[in-house]
Amino acid sequence: MELKYLPSGEDGLLIQFEKKISEKVNQQVRKLEIALKKSNIPGITDMISTYCSLKIDYNPMKISYKKLIDKIKEIKNNISNMDIDKPFVIEIPTLYNGIDLEFVAEYNNITIDEVIYIHSSKEYLIYMLGFTPGFPYLGGMSEKISTPRLENPRSKIQGGSVGIAGLQTGIYPVDTPGGWRIIGKTPLKLFDTGRENPFLLESGNYLKFISINKKEYEKIEEKIKNNNYEIKKYYRDFE
Amino acid sequence: MGKIKIINKGLLTLVEDLGRYGYQKFGVPVSGVMDEYSHKIANILVDNDISEATIEVNMLGPKIQFLSNEIISITGGNLQPLINNEHIEMWKSKKVSDGDILSFKGMKNGMRSYIAFSGGLNVKKVMQSKSFYSRAGIGTEIVNGKIIEINGSKKNYLNNKIDESYISEITDRTNLRVVLGPQNDYFTGKGIENFFNNSYEITNNSDRMGYRLKGEKIEHKKRADIISDGLGKGAVQIPGTGQPIIMMSDSQTTGGYTKIGYVIKKDLDKLAQMKPGGKVRFNQIPISEAQKIYVEYLKEIEKLEKIYGSNKSFFENVLDKIKKIF
Repeated sequence: MELKYLPSGEDGLLIQFEKKISEKVNQQVRKLEIALKKSNIPGITDMISTYCSLKIDYNPMKISYKKLIDKIKEIKNNISNMDIDKPFVIEIPTLYNGIDLEFVAEYNNITIDEVIYIHSSKEYLIYMLGFTPGFPYLGGMSEKISTPRLENPRSKIQGGSVGIAGLQTGIYPVDTPGGWRIIGKTPLKLFDTGRENPFLLESGNYLKFISINKKEYEKIEEKIKNNNYEIKKYYRDFE
Repeated sequence: MGKIKIINKGLLTLVEDLGRYGYQKFGVPVSGVMDEYSHKIANILVDNDISEATIEVNMLGPKIQFLSNEIISITGGNLQPLINNEHIEMWKSKKVSDGDILSFKGMKNGMRSYIAFSGGLNVKKVMQSKSFYSRAGIGTEIVNGKIIEINGSKKNYLNNKIDESYISEITDRTNLRVVLGPQNDYFTGKGIENFFNNSYEITNNSDRMGYRLKGEKIEHKKRADIISDGLGKGAVQIPGTGQPIIMMSDSQTTGGYTKIGYVIKKDLDKLAQMKPGGKVRFNQIPISEAQKIYVEYLKEIEKLEKIYGSNKSFFENVLDKIKKIF
């Protein structure tokens, strides 16, 4: 696929992939991001991977715009020979007891159990993180549980809340105001500056909601408090 | 280890450094100082590394008491700094004593001042930066009554004063140089023409996240929305209204509006000192020229570090200045 290289000021470069929201395109973004990280091109200071683009921040004292593009093209051409880790799926234990769970079921003319079954039966791709630190933009939720967001956002949604807005589903990393329909809660902390890695999720990987009961929720919460909870994850194939 | 006490935090007083890099893909904004040049000079004047955190004072200043003898400097916009109610000179190192009170009489010129403390602020780095990002509470927040530790100067005495030619000029009208892209092809010819041929006014709806401007409408071909992509300081977003928003230090990391171009870093320092009502014009420059200007700008800072910073004696500094002239 032909990539477009576009300037973002004197110290930024936008690499534009095919302009669409698709798992395949997003995995290409992830592959290039990993390849560039491994390549250690001098001067790159940061990267922002999104749905179908990769923004590179760099120091023009160390590398010029033209030279940077040449280097990236070179790496892109050799990407098939590179060993790139498969994406993995993080399991998100979730207690489905949200304030809007009943509404979501009624709105879609199904039972609560069906809502839980449909919501927790898919691996959702994390297309990107943004909005607030650690907030995942997930794709591919079933139309069968699609529900419009609240007209009046609530002033406080607890961190860990799992919600639905239209065809999107997501998790609030920290307490924020929000208008998503809340269907459950995970004891996992998506964003915690006290941890060595403050972020649980990363773009290009997947997550899967696992339905748990209150007892299991409390057990996991306790383990997290004592720092001995092990995140469950497994690898999956590229799209 | 020295200390200062925040008696009154003022309107918006923040610990900031050159920003938090490496976490944008997780949705963490870079944040950092609004006027990088003034911040760097403040540090140079007290013999700090330019990346050391300073206190950014926005508009209405704080009241700070020193609980130890320190060497400080204040640069940036002139908010009329006072020590024990007496005016002090800006862009110059200054010795202060235990018990002294720093306050600000009010805005005279510009929007933001930078206070550097010789030895630096002893606040915890969060994700490799001391910058405070208020919307997510990342970093150290300045609140009334807070005590902040100062690492203390390696020197007993410093008498640094920057040459007047290096003091940044503050205006209410300026030209901002712009590199087109990445989404300039979303605009009509008329839209691009309007952008470069009219002046735009800074509105009240401007803050550390972005400056909203108003003026002649910048017309899109079809849509103003894109699939969200990476965003950064200097980006000029044009939403459906056709009115520009220039992203500043607390810019979110991704956005779904078209970006007509990016304002160059050097000109953002000037913009950071401009108030609502100020007027700007955009001038297009090629990326090669923008990079040349940026590299020269960074080299000038390096030169100033050599002249005013480092562990040089007064005599060596004079010698350097003479060399510079001839």
